[in-house]
Amino acid sequence: MEINAATTGIDSDKQTVELALDELKGRVSDRAFSGDTLLLNMGPQHPSTHGVLRLLLELDGETIVSCEPDIGFLHTGIEKNMEAKTYEKALVMTDRIDYLNTQGNNFVYSLAIEKLVELDVPLRAQYIRVLVAELQRVASHLVWLATHVLDMGATSMMLYCFRDREIILDLLEMISGQRMMGSYCRPGGVWRDLPDEFIPAVRDFLKTQPRRLDDYQRLLDKNPLWIDRTQGIGTLTPDQAVALNLSGPIMRGSGINFDLRKAQPYSAYDHFDFDVPTGDHGDVYDRYIVRMQEMRESLKIIKQALDNLPEGPFRSDNRKFVPPPRAELGQSMEAVIHHFKLWTEGFKAPAGEVYVRVESPRGELGVLLAGDGGPKPYRVHFRTPSFYAIQAMKYMAPGHLVADLVGIIGSTDFVLGDCDR
Amino acid sequence: MHAKLAISEIVEQLKTSFSDHVDEVVEFRGDTTVVVKAEGLIDVLTQLRHGDGMKFNLLSDLSAIDYYPNEPRFHVIYTLFSIAYNQGLRIKALTGDDNPHLPTVTSIWPSADYAEREVFDLFGVVFDGHPDPRRILMPHDWTGHPLRKDYPLGYEEVQFSFNYERVQSQKPHPKE
Repeated sequence: MEINAATTGIDSDKQTVELALDELKGRVSDRAFSGDTLLLNMGPQHPSTHGVLRLLLELDGETIVSCEPDIGFLHTGIEKNMEAKTYEKALVMTDRIDYLNTQGNNFVYSLAIEKLVELDVPLRAQYIRVLVAELQRVASHLVWLATHVLDMGATSMMLYCFRDREIILDLLEMISGQRMMGSYCRPGGVWRDLPDEFIPAVRDFLKTQPRRLDDYQRLLDKNPLWIDRTQGIGTLTPDQAVALNLSGPIMRGSGINFDLRKAQPYSAYDHFDFDVPTGDHGDVYDRYIVRMQEMRESLKIIKQALDNLPEGPFRSDNRKFVPPPRAELGQSMEAVIHHFKLWTEGFKAPAGEVYVRVESPRGELGVLLAGDGGPKPYRVHFRTPSFYAIQAMKYMAPGHLVADLVGIIGSTDFVLGDCDR
Repeated sequence: MHAKLAISEIVEQLKTSFSDHVDEVVEFRGDTTVVVKAEGLIDVLTQLRHGDGMKFNLLSDLSAIDYYPNEPRFHVIYTLFSIAYNQGLRIKALTGDDNPHLPTVTSIWPSADYAEREVFDLFGVVFDGHPDPRRILMPHDWTGHPLRKDYPLGYEEVQFSFNYERVQSQKPHPKE
């Protein structure tokens, strides 16, 4: 086999080398060209980059001079693919965007469709959606805690958190039949009503989880190594957080009290009583505290949703958009027609553009949805929080040690599938 | 802090101060979209970012829609949000022809850096003055802009017995 420049990137061919250097100009300091500082690729195959992310680091000794993220390794063209499917069929692709917040992605996409076609959702479905979204938030934060702390060297925490997350995945499997890619939230409501065994199982989870969270926090807060490696690291001022369009726990860690569930309540969130935790310093530690606190608030919301779960239909009975129950198909010709129309042609949405934003575990998750009067979305764009969190790496990393970069990456809690779409 | 201006008041203000630049105001599903000419885009957005009672300090989202074959085909959408006043507004700028380009807004919202790179990458809209105009999601040597409507989605031809040989010969295979 012939080895050439295209396969190795290293070659005596001068043109190739010069091109590569040109590409770096303006992105690293001039000291890198004189050999004063060292250029180092972190990733795309590095376990602490939480996916396929490449960071081009410029190092002075062990101190980071500049950090240039390189993304796109997981770009799968989901937005383009969705344009070729009907509204309802495209829904299954949304799970694959942020694989730690799968039901939340279905949720926001369904909200966008409902806004575009002006479809009402029954109150019970809104409560179920909140319940599922908050379960998903706790699951996502547990994975964040597991991986973040594992990167910093605490292995046992990873095992604890994945054990707890497994319970939530079992709960999600109970309602949707799938551990992760549930596609449970559908336009007009949810796929099925909650099964009988679900509510007792969630109540069991609520009994054990708060105490476990306290245990985890005690384990970490009394560990001087954890404190040393998180406090004062990766600091973002409130102004920076706003300028970089960060949202969610990162922004709240910097002291800005902004939560879309409170500011722009959607889907019955205004019926719930919960607090929005904020930090003071905007460092890795404050983001950790905010997320820990958020999990407790989410458990509170889940409890309220169970206590106040209204009776009634679990999805809209507007047959132009929502398929009829299976039992009706044997008795009603109308039902057969609607079923057939919905699963072959799909429903039509008017021409126009809507934007919907929700608070995902990572921050503001927005959908820009444009219809053209036909049964397929003309354009779907996902404004994902991870995309902006990775942009902020450029500003958080310089001045810190390489070992601390791993902590900063963990504290931003991005998902590369969410970023690259 | 100045009193909050309602979205309708903001739109009225824009219409009077930038009468040459504001083309159209669209109301749809409770959201307001202001269509602005490319020449006045920076002035309008600067006013919205810093103006009293407006203070749209977040550029929540920057994206585009390709309305091919209509001209101008690219509708670039700036989704603004104000944390202080808790309200949002959409601004739209149109560009098209062979050389679609708009001024960059990175000087107003630094977060537009990646978003504008994404729109350039997937739609081919050039943002004049952007500090780092490279592709971001697609490989750097990619040709074309995938989210354009005249860019085919692509598919793999199904292999039947009648076309087995032809499809087989077109499949990628490792070279010797």
